[in-house]
Amino acid sequence: MNLEEYKGVFIFAEQVDNRISGIAFELVGKAKDLAADLNTNVTAVLLGYKVTELANQLAEYGADRVIVVDDPALETYMTEPYTHALSEVINNYKPEIMLVGATPIGRDLGPSVSARVATGLTADCTQLDIGDFPLVPIPGKEDQQKHNQLLMTRPAFGGNTIATIACPNNRPQMATVRPGVMQKKERVKGATCEVDVFKIDFPRNNKYVEILEVVKKVSDTVDIMDAKILVSGGRGVGSPENFVILEELAKVIGGEVSCSRAVVDAGWKPKDLQVGQTGKTVRPKVYFACGISGAIQHLAGMEESDLIIAINKDETAPIFDVADIGVVGDLHKIIPQLTKQVEAFIAAKK
Amino acid sequence: MKVIVCIKQVPDTKGGVVFNPDGTLNRGAMLAIMNPDDKAGLEAALRLKDQFGAEVTVLTMGLPKAKDMLIEALAMGADKAVLVTDRKLGGADTWATSSTIAAAIRKLEYDIIITGRQAIDGDTAQVGPQIAEHLGLPVISYTQELKIEDGYAIIKRQYDDRYHMIKAKLPCLCTALAELNDPRYQTVGRIFDYCDKVEADDKDTISTFSRADLDTLRDEDCGLAGSPTKIAKASDKVRKGAGTKVQFDTPEESVAYLMEQLTTRHVI
Amino acid sequence: MDFGLDKKHEMARSLFREFAENEVKPLAQDVDETEQFPVETVKKMARYGFMGIPIPKQYGGQGCDILTYAMCVEELSKVCGTTGVIVSAHTSLCMDPILTFGTEEQKMKYLPKLASGEWLGAFGLTEPGAGTDAQGQQTKAVLEGDEWVLNGSKCFITNGKYADVYIVIAVTGKVEKRGKMMKEISAFIVEKGTPGFTFGVKEKKMGIRGSATYELIFQDCRIPKDALLGQKGKGFNIAMHTLDGGRIGIAAQALGLAEGALERTVDYVKERKQFGRTLAQFQNTQFQLADMATRCEAAQLLVYKAAKAKETQAQYGVEAAKAKLYAAETAMAVTTKAVQLHGGYGYIREYDVERMMRDAKITEIYEGTSEVQRMVISANLLK
Repeated sequence: MNLEEYKGVFIFAEQVDNRISGIAFELVGKAKDLAADLNTNVTAVLLGYKVTELANQLAEYGADRVIVVDDPALETYMTEPYTHALSEVINNYKPEIMLVGATPIGRDLGPSVSARVATGLTADCTQLDIGDFPLVPIPGKEDQQKHNQLLMTRPAFGGNTIATIACPNNRPQMATVRPGVMQKKERVKGATCEVDVFKIDFPRNNKYVEILEVVKKVSDTVDIMDAKILVSGGRGVGSPENFVILEELAKVIGGEVSCSRAVVDAGWKPKDLQVGQTGKTVRPKVYFACGISGAIQHLAGMEESDLIIAINKDETAPIFDVADIGVVGDLHKIIPQLTKQVEAFIAAKK
Repeated sequence: MKVIVCIKQVPDTKGGVVFNPDGTLNRGAMLAIMNPDDKAGLEAALRLKDQFGAEVTVLTMGLPKAKDMLIEALAMGADKAVLVTDRKLGGADTWATSSTIAAAIRKLEYDIIITGRQAIDGDTAQVGPQIAEHLGLPVISYTQELKIEDGYAIIKRQYDDRYHMIKAKLPCLCTALAELNDPRYQTVGRIFDYCDKVEADDKDTISTFSRADLDTLRDEDCGLAGSPTKIAKASDKVRKGAGTKVQFDTPEESVAYLMEQLTTRHVI
Repeated sequence: MDFGLDKKHEMARSLFREFAENEVKPLAQDVDETEQFPVETVKKMARYGFMGIPIPKQYGGQGCDILTYAMCVEELSKVCGTTGVIVSAHTSLCMDPILTFGTEEQKMKYLPKLASGEWLGAFGLTEPGAGTDAQGQQTKAVLEGDEWVLNGSKCFITNGKYADVYIVIAVTGKVEKRGKMMKEISAFIVEKGTPGFTFGVKEKKMGIRGSATYELIFQDCRIPKDALLGQKGKGFNIAMHTLDGGRIGIAAQALGLAEGALERTVDYVKERKQFGRTLAQFQNTQFQLADMATRCEAAQLLVYKAAKAKETQAQYGVEAAKAKLYAAETAMAVTTKAVQLHGGYGYIREYDVERMMRDAKITEIYEGTSEVQRMVISANLLK
């Protein structure tokens, strides 16, 4: 592997049902920063069927080029055709960096591709920088320090350790990033860029599987990751009916309702409202934690919120250790009254 | 039918995180458990044993003390155990780990391989799919339901807002989610049977592979040297300090306090 | 002398503990309130071999030892006294006598199904007129051709009505002993559903309220000739042997109750504040806890020693008696202290210690009252 040949920051533009996922635009946004440091360009890789017309959306968020592989074999996500396609793109275009979203698709595609092209992959990165590896040169071996390396920072050990990883001897340097962690740039409506339609063959092999059925979950809820304010409930809310109090507060204060894993396990709310390590990572301006004990897996999904307000009748609940404002009390009494007062306050301001 | 289940012994970062008084992590005090996603995978395999009389082999790459976890797996119902252990294999990232485990699996027979989706210490979710790649097998991640019918695996594969029903020809590899099932407990008698057998390295029960046994594994693919990703730095997070905590006698006072906070901080 | 447990015993204990915490504890309060026999829990326990721990593999058991069985009852009782006694009565009072005195046919007929938990076992000795004075037996068994005909009743029978197999002690005649006419007493295996065998009153109890305590009624109940367990006339010996083993089980139950109450109390006193300090910071609390912990450990050593004695000695009645006497009195003392340390909350049914204190009392009474244990221990000293 001649490392010098590998240039450019590539991102995998995930699409589902021919709609580009938000994570793709976030990755383009971050890729632009990295590309600027490396004095190179941002390329988005779009795989699918009849997706070529979506390419310009990626340009609107900052892509300098889009490589499209448009083929019936890619109509619905399956591991093998997608791994084959992305690997072929990598082998042909030789990017120095390849970013993939850490979604149920990306966390399957990423490892398969990294193994196929024999490179390293770092998962769930919360920070990406360009820097040196080793960070500090080893005395006597200064000439072995490499520059312009992708430094990938990520949590491990259940979120209790932060590690910074490099991939100095293999290319591309691959990383997956969770949705909601990076920020997309301002959309430039009407922007276009170079679109390369890359044709490849899809020879069938034993790794192909069959999709018997695609079943979508019926959900008319908003994506909690887009919310600026979240009113989140845990087991302490007591029952699915009681969630109405949180919904009323959310409505009045301009927020959305989310929940902890205990609530999803109890069947009170669907999984797409779950905040936490096995749910979604959110970074709203305000996070109300109501009747949530604050298990470390939950904190991992919301502790980067700007303002954390906790209401819980158990004064020893760990949530109080991270809350900026902690109120020990009964949420069933406090929240309805708070809702009324917020409503009155907002009405008076108008 | 032969099933191989890859399991990992991990510190209990989900339920039993222990901090020192200064807020730093106390790794030494944490209990070693079978990784939850892997346990679900083992339960899925044991259900195949219940249904089809499948032979279940558990395999782990780890320190010698991982034998305790292997005894637990055998006591739950597994038939055989494989321990891959060697100092030379240590410090491995996911590429090296998956290469090593694939080399061990090549010495065994299987119709299906089940791994957990991710371990609660590494949290990468990479090793499963990478093992499949090394072995040239189809991989199905995020398995929510697993059935076997006439030489095919029928799997419910989870996505964010949907699921796919997948049909894959055996052999294949699937990665299990902890939500896949409620794992069974160990059976008392089996604890007694297997504890002694494992401690005595009974050949019919447990095989131990060292680096030398893994003949299809290249030096450049194992251990620290064989890991393309390198740690530049790592530090344990100190718990975020608490803000202000208040407790009033009446809900009215709590609400007044919250209103004051929300208005002065310009939330509303 | 090694006071530690080896790995397999440690792993077994972890299993019992995990099961008790996850499967038994959440139901304990409800089982007590509703007095419902925990049928589902028994099925779950059966699945993992808890209903046949010390029975040899050849009879369908787990092939473990008495110590493991005692630890199972101990861990279960830490969260639920009812669940502990179900396992204890089934194992010590029904399976053990069949294993010890049964013919090969009887063992093969009953033990596999009992050990797998498919069937539940019970033991009928006590009668309205025969408690500590077991010789006051009135239930009769008369041989008529190829059948025994049972008449009489038993009371206070644990696992009653739910059990499928009952070891029943009955009078089969008179025999001369040392110049006196004594009752000839024998033991029988009786199956539920046998015509003439019905159930009477279900007792309403102070504690172990989920445990089914029933009256057994025999009215011309005919059982086959080979339902006789052991030798005719040896029934009293069989009963006494059975109770010796049962005492170890009950001692383990009492031990678990005491330890469970101590654990709850330690958690509580670390949280509860009065006068600006936690209760744990008062020396009165600390000294009481120290006493409770020491008594629990002493009880545990006696229970484990008695378990080991049953494994290795022909006679172990004295060890069993000491363990049962001490553990039961410890359970009563520790649970009472636990309630006191909880203050008003200790009296509220939502708090476990209230139930534990009510559960503890029976351990001083059944399977030989503390008075009987003292008789056994002193008789051994003074022989």
